[in-house]
Amino acid sequence: MDILHMFLEVGFWMAVVRMATPLLFGTLGELICERAGVLNLGVEGIMAAGCMAGWTWVYMGGDLWGGVLFAAAVGGGIGLVHAIFTVHLGLSQHVTGLGITMLATALSSFVFRMVLPDVTTPPKIIPFAPLDIPILGDIPLLGPVLFNQSPLTLLAIFMVFFIGWFLKYTPAGLALCMTGENPMAVESQGLSVFAIRTCAVVAGSALMAIGGAFLTLSAFDAFYIGMVNGRGWICIALVVFSSWKPSKALVGVVLFAVFDALQMRVQQDISMVVPYQFYLMMPYVLSIAALILMSRRSAYPKALLVPFRKGER
Amino acid sequence: MPDQTPFLHISKITKKFGSVFACDSVTLQLQQGEILALLGENGAGKTTLMNILFGHYVADSGSISIGGKELTPGSPRRALKVGLGMVHQHFSLADNMSVLDNITLGTESMFGLWRKSGEARQKINKLINTYELDVDPRSIVKNLSVGQRQRVEILKALYRDSRILILDEPTAVLTPQEAEHLFATLRLLVDKGLAIIFITHKLREVMAVSDRCLVLRHGKVSYESRTRDTDVDTLAREMVGGEVPVVEQLPTSPGKKVLSLEGVGVKNSDGYSLLHDVSLELRGGEIIGIAGVSGNGQSHLADLISGLLSADKGSFELLGEAVVSPTPMGMLKRGVGRIPEDRTGTGLVGDMNVQENLILENYWTKKVSHFGLLKADFMRKNAKDIMEQYDVRCGGEDLPVRLMSGGNMQKLILGRVLSEEPSVIMANQPTWGLDVGAAAFVHSRLIRASRDGVGIIIISEDLDELFKVADVIQVMYKGTLSPPVRPADTDAREMGLAMSGHLEVFASTVAEAHHEA
Repeated sequence: MDILHMFLEVGFWMAVVRMATPLLFGTLGELICERAGVLNLGVEGIMAAGCMAGWTWVYMGGDLWGGVLFAAAVGGGIGLVHAIFTVHLGLSQHVTGLGITMLATALSSFVFRMVLPDVTTPPKIIPFAPLDIPILGDIPLLGPVLFNQSPLTLLAIFMVFFIGWFLKYTPAGLALCMTGENPMAVESQGLSVFAIRTCAVVAGSALMAIGGAFLTLSAFDAFYIGMVNGRGWICIALVVFSSWKPSKALVGVVLFAVFDALQMRVQQDISMVVPYQFYLMMPYVLSIAALILMSRRSAYPKALLVPFRKGER
Repeated sequence: MPDQTPFLHISKITKKFGSVFACDSVTLQLQQGEILALLGENGAGKTTLMNILFGHYVADSGSISIGGKELTPGSPRRALKVGLGMVHQHFSLADNMSVLDNITLGTESMFGLWRKSGEARQKINKLINTYELDVDPRSIVKNLSVGQRQRVEILKALYRDSRILILDEPTAVLTPQEAEHLFATLRLLVDKGLAIIFITHKLREVMAVSDRCLVLRHGKVSYESRTRDTDVDTLAREMVGGEVPVVEQLPTSPGKKVLSLEGVGVKNSDGYSLLHDVSLELRGGEIIGIAGVSGNGQSHLADLISGLLSADKGSFELLGEAVVSPTPMGMLKRGVGRIPEDRTGTGLVGDMNVQENLILENYWTKKVSHFGLLKADFMRKNAKDIMEQYDVRCGGEDLPVRLMSGGNMQKLILGRVLSEEPSVIMANQPTWGLDVGAAAFVHSRLIRASRDGVGIIIISEDLDELFKVADVIQVMYKGTLSPPVRPADTDAREMGLAMSGHLEVFASTVAEAHHEA
């Protein structure tokens, strides 16, 4: 069998990293929200909004990085709505998040149709070109896999380390983690739980939207309705898998992407006897299995899902 | 030496909630280097006053000044900045984070790029050494004992250079030894010029640690004195606003065994041991007190006896019959009355009225229902009787119980239990949060019931309570019970040792004392 052979192929690993990028943004975004104690089930919708916003910006004549920033702003805006409902009004995070997903998904399709009422084939834009970094790109295997990629991929990898450092070594990161553990402790030290949670949800949602924008500005060159295709939900599972740690999130995302890439290769192989749907299912089955194994031990933020109300104990 | 201008000056603070005065023109002064004990029953306005001081509430009128400067009302941030530090009764610490994290949170600029953990650790270590607050800054809070957590709370305040430290019922969760240690620390702190407000209702502690004391009653300052010029009886009278009700002690003559546990072990669904090797023998006419620092398995013991948990080791007998796979209703039917710890959570249904709450534990009996229909006449009469017999004062039997005071709620539960004439009563913290009058009422009714032949188990964190009402005391530590000891044969020091794990201190005094009775 040439599965072994496939693992040694540069193209396979490049595909893995490409598939991992949007998941990495989404997972890190969700992780930031949850570390502050707010579950954001809006991730699927926010990614869809990011897809649409980024693509529309570029289609209207803006440049690619402008599209990324615009997507982040739209994502942050939707995050703000989520924060107002769940943090300031203390409503159910589950219900609000699901509502946000439905709203943002539908709104993305709606706006897309408004912009292009009469088109049947989605128009294309010119996406990010792979980077061509001189020395680093020439390292065998590692060079093309890591550096011959979209700049957004490098940004995603950078974010893993940045967020890891932020949470561990900065005063603001400490305040954020503490808010997810015991909001009362934060309030009694003179900080505002509302402000911290709002900032976390807005920033996290902006990251999710960049993950969405990667799909239209880098992975593909057009916007399709339903193109996020469940990635947002996977991100929520991956956060649990990661035990709320950015480094483990990277491991989880890559693992999932490997299964996904494997699945795509294997289903192209016509000689296979097993129907392709089986392989399509594999990444999800394996991620459920991994979740069951990992999440038994994971230490979730103690105040996750608990709305904070001032003056109550 | 304390100087003469007050460092903290609270002047004529008034705060109304609806039509009730929580604080009514309260004036309070505090010097540097002084410990002021703030006394009062529940609802006297202590907590409201402190919340105003900390900016959690804004007063309707009055002013606060610190070091001669007016304090901006309604801002916890300002309060922290001018040097107010508070140690809450319920700690506000994040369990999964380190001591250092908890202490330094919010003390650095939010825009800093790197936490100054090294400097912070040095400063904390210095504080630890100066004030003998033994705790490791690197340890994770969830691994610390309650006493250590309290030290972390004190460190939090000191780290911010607090000059006024307020402790809210700080000894409620401590063993007597830990309390002694705390008092020593407080003395050290005032020697260095801090000012301390010590909120409590335990009078012995007031005498032991404070320089001055102030009693609040119904939101007003009812009494103020130097501690050395007053005594426990005066303070008690001032707190209650009259003579302190005396609980009548009645002679005991334990009858036959009603409940026994022998080597009982209980595990939860994860296989984690909640109770192990618990042995206890309760006779009719006897009150067993279970002492211990909260969280050592007392609530599991209560659940076991109430039928919410079942033993997977050892033997559990009730009235001479083995208890096999118990259910809560089964235990009720077999004569176990329950006074649960959480009055509003598991004791009563807040939105139901008095009548309905009173039949929750016997609605299936013939006297209450007939062919599945409740008897309205009985319910009304039952409610009226119990309210009269147990001195429940409220707006009538149709009132939802959530509108009642804690004391009245507890009297209702007491009435519900006693009117069923149980043979065993499992009372978990029966006087928690009650004022002195209501607590005395509960105590005297329980004592009377026991002298009528009921076997009673009282779980309490308040040693004074157990010494007052229990015939025999057993100490619970990490899911194990000590041998029984009679209050007359022990003292607070020994109890404290046992509560911190030295259960063997009672091994010698043991059972012969118990059984000769």
